[in-house]
Amino acid sequence: MKYIDILPMGSIKPDILDILSQHLAKLFPYGIRTLKPLKEPIYAFNFIRNQYFSSKILSEIVNHASSETVKILGVVDVDLYIPIFCFVFGEAQLRGKAAVISLHRLRPEFYGLEPNRELLRERVIKESIHELGHNFGLTHCLDENCVMYFSHSIWHTDAKKSCFCEECHRIINHRFVLQEEA
Amino acid sequence: MKPPARILIVDDEAIMRDSLNDWLMEDGYEPVTVEDGQKAIDMVRSQSFNVVLCDLKMPGMDGIETMSKIREINKDLPVIIITAYATVNTAVESMKKGAYDYIVKPFDPEEVSHIIRKIISHQQLLQENIILRQELKRVYQFRDIVGKNYKMQEIFELIRTVADSDASVLILGESGTGKELIARAIHYSSRRAEKPFVSVSCSALPESLLESELFGYEKGAFTGAVRDKPGRFEEANGGTLFLDEVGEMKPETQLHLLRVLQEREIRRLGGTGVIKVDVRIIAATNKDLERAVKEGSFREDLYYRLNVVTVQLPPLREREDDIPLLAERFLMKYNIKNNRNLEGISPKAIALLVQYDWPGNVRELENVIERAVVITKHTIIQLEDLPPHIQSFQESKGVRPRKLKEVEKEHIQHTLEENKWNVSKTSKVLGIDRSTLYKKIRNYGLSPS
Repeated sequence: MKYIDILPMGSIKPDILDILSQHLAKLFPYGIRTLKPLKEPIYAFNFIRNQYFSSKILSEIVNHASSETVKILGVVDVDLYIPIFCFVFGEAQLRGKAAVISLHRLRPEFYGLEPNRELLRERVIKESIHELGHNFGLTHCLDENCVMYFSHSIWHTDAKKSCFCEECHRIINHRFVLQEEA
Repeated sequence: MKPPARILIVDDEAIMRDSLNDWLMEDGYEPVTVEDGQKAIDMVRSQSFNVVLCDLKMPGMDGIETMSKIREINKDLPVIIITAYATVNTAVESMKKGAYDYIVKPFDPEEVSHIIRKIISHQQLLQENIILRQELKRVYQFRDIVGKNYKMQEIFELIRTVADSDASVLILGESGTGKELIARAIHYSSRRAEKPFVSVSCSALPESLLESELFGYEKGAFTGAVRDKPGRFEEANGGTLFLDEVGEMKPETQLHLLRVLQEREIRRLGGTGVIKVDVRIIAATNKDLERAVKEGSFREDLYYRLNVVTVQLPPLREREDDIPLLAERFLMKYNIKNNRNLEGISPKAIALLVQYDWPGNVRELENVIERAVVITKHTIIQLEDLPPHIQSFQESKGVRPRKLKEVEKEHIQHTLEENKWNVSKTSKVLGIDRSTLYKKIRNYGLSPS
């Protein structure tokens, strides 16, 4: 049996992890496991930017993959960045094993709005599928409804759906075949 | 599928190059990274790029100097200056030196994505514009008429020889063989190419109207002639007049036409003055004109005037080796017209198209492909997408024998595509287990088409 592993880092509420696990199980032909949580990734903290460097977190996440792991998705609750961008919702190794998403900018409170647990869960699901899509080799899609559409802002995340468009679906199904062969 | 746009990243900091490189790959581009200005210049000299993202502050050659040198090599290549040191002066200087834009790192993802997409879509528009212009020029040049068949090759050779003369040409051939296309090819290959090509169908108009259409009329020439109107001869002045279905012309008009050809001048209906015209005549018919001359329904002197050079177009059934090429050309044409992205025609369907006898010739083939492009639910046109009368033609003639492996490979590919490469669903439809399907995918080297 092969698995997509979910790796919480820091304190992530179980309801988020449960709903994420259920959704991923519907979309990906693998078992879904939630691993024992790790501590918050302070090693990736940048004091100048006051943010966490997501590429460093990815390098750590990949060490926690087992031989049964197809992909491993880290879930954090800190503000992520990559050097060229002010922020990122998540990052993935294109055609690689590890991905990470953060709840930090997915919370409505970040934008001065009332907390909304359901909306947060939806956003977590979309961003997780998006990053895992990169792990399976998908690039950004021009279809604004497709989960692989690049979210420039949280409003784009809300506008897109939590599933692949027909074309991305076709490609990822082929990638599952290749994965099986590997 | 279009190849991904190529983006050159010039930055002395490895972490910035890598970060930008990874993100651009995720965004579907093909990035290339270099660490200094000189390497960027060498790269632009030897390879082609759509955009350059160049850091401003670099040791040695800075971003502004690098950009200036890049623009000396390729002034159309957009350069975006990126920097952590945002000042109005550097922004103004870089824009003055020809930067397409200027962005401050770390960027807002929306900003950089928007700029790059804007550039790429502008370049695509320019490219499409160039292609369309070339297409317009090329579309009627005879070298682009599909025909590898030896009879068509002989015709092309003949056209090449006569295109630049002013000799009249008579094109003979069944309906739908492409007579007007050949006429246009002659015109657009001749020194008259910049002048008008005017086409008149002699069977489409009643006799009285055909005369006024060809020669024009003056106000009051007949009831309804409320103003002067130039005829097609005048419109074609300096160019070519194509008289289609000339065999349908009545004797009185034939006489009138003969006079114009002899005297090179016309007289409008109801007019008194003569108008000099310089027009090359290309005529076409699907009738046996020689027999019409013998029977007396077509003037012999006009026949010889028109028939200085004869082009006899073969029916499609006599050039079956051109059928796959023509079908492919029409597929491309109707893909564009119908905004579809069909990838081809199945070997079975091609085999049947080649066997069919095409009474309506190339025009019929074009209609069949257009219909198939519109109605097909597949990515490749299948037998079932052809009209019933062609499918039933198969039953009487049979199709080329094929190896079992060929059929199996095609069927598995087709079923995978139908099921969007979902292996579980596909294996159920095919009635085999998943591992057998995996094996067959590997053995046949199948991948999404």
